[in-house]
Amino acid sequence: MSETTATRPAARARPLSPHLTVYRWPITMTMSILHRITGGALYVGTLLIAWWLIAAATSPAHFAFVQWLITSWLGLLVLFGYTFALFLHLLGGIRHFIWDVGAGLDKHTASKLGWATLIGAAILTVAVWVVYFLI
Amino acid sequence: MRDMRTPLGKVRGLGSAKDGTEHFWHIRLTAVALVPLSLFVIGWVLSLRGVSVDGVRASLAQPLVALPVALFLVAALFHMRLGMQIIIEDYVHGEGSKVVLLMLNTFFTIAIGVVSLFALLKLSFGG
Repeated sequence: MSETTATRPAARARPLSPHLTVYRWPITMTMSILHRITGGALYVGTLLIAWWLIAAATSPAHFAFVQWLITSWLGLLVLFGYTFALFLHLLGGIRHFIWDVGAGLDKHTASKLGWATLIGAAILTVAVWVVYFLI
Repeated sequence: MRDMRTPLGKVRGLGSAKDGTEHFWHIRLTAVALVPLSLFVIGWVLSLRGVSVDGVRASLAQPLVALPVALFLVAALFHMRLGMQIIIEDYVHGEGSKVVLLMLNTFFTIAIGVVSLFALLKLSFGG
């Protein structure tokens, strides 16, 4: 069992089963990868939340510095990305709830859910930032 | 079919991963909690646009603000620790480095939690 024809070093070059590159890239794959990446980004982003809170609890000067930093164009860009990551992960999570109850698992519904997650996250992110700049 | 499991294994019902469905379930449980909580926090942060420390303090002095924010932090940190655990277990194959990273994952989460909750309490109670 430990050595089959497939694992033997001297095995002839056989045709491999089709792998990732021969398929048209499906949206479900993109969304799966993005779900993990956004999760990682949100993980690191908690450093910002902790810093913002501890700055507010420490001194007005420290808080003013953090406020200045996050409202600079670079800070706003990071926060914009953070908002998008949050909404993508949030909607991706809801997509997983749907799958968890056994619904939406067929190919076409799963693809539609993937697009809905991506478009929904984009709309919600823009909505939040429109509110930010209007209030 | 012959049952290969030992009587003890059958009683525990945890399978080869040793922790059954607990990890899966806790990810879902915290995720469900985080849907309303994170929406609340987004709204809360938006409402704080341009305020000073006093504004943040006044906002957090209200229990109906401070409590959901605290719940958000706890649920989010619990959730992200479990999520990062999956990522580590998926990509880190050396047993030593895996254990070290899993430990650091827990330490990081607890450190962020302790710092944030301390700040939150200080702001809420006006220290």
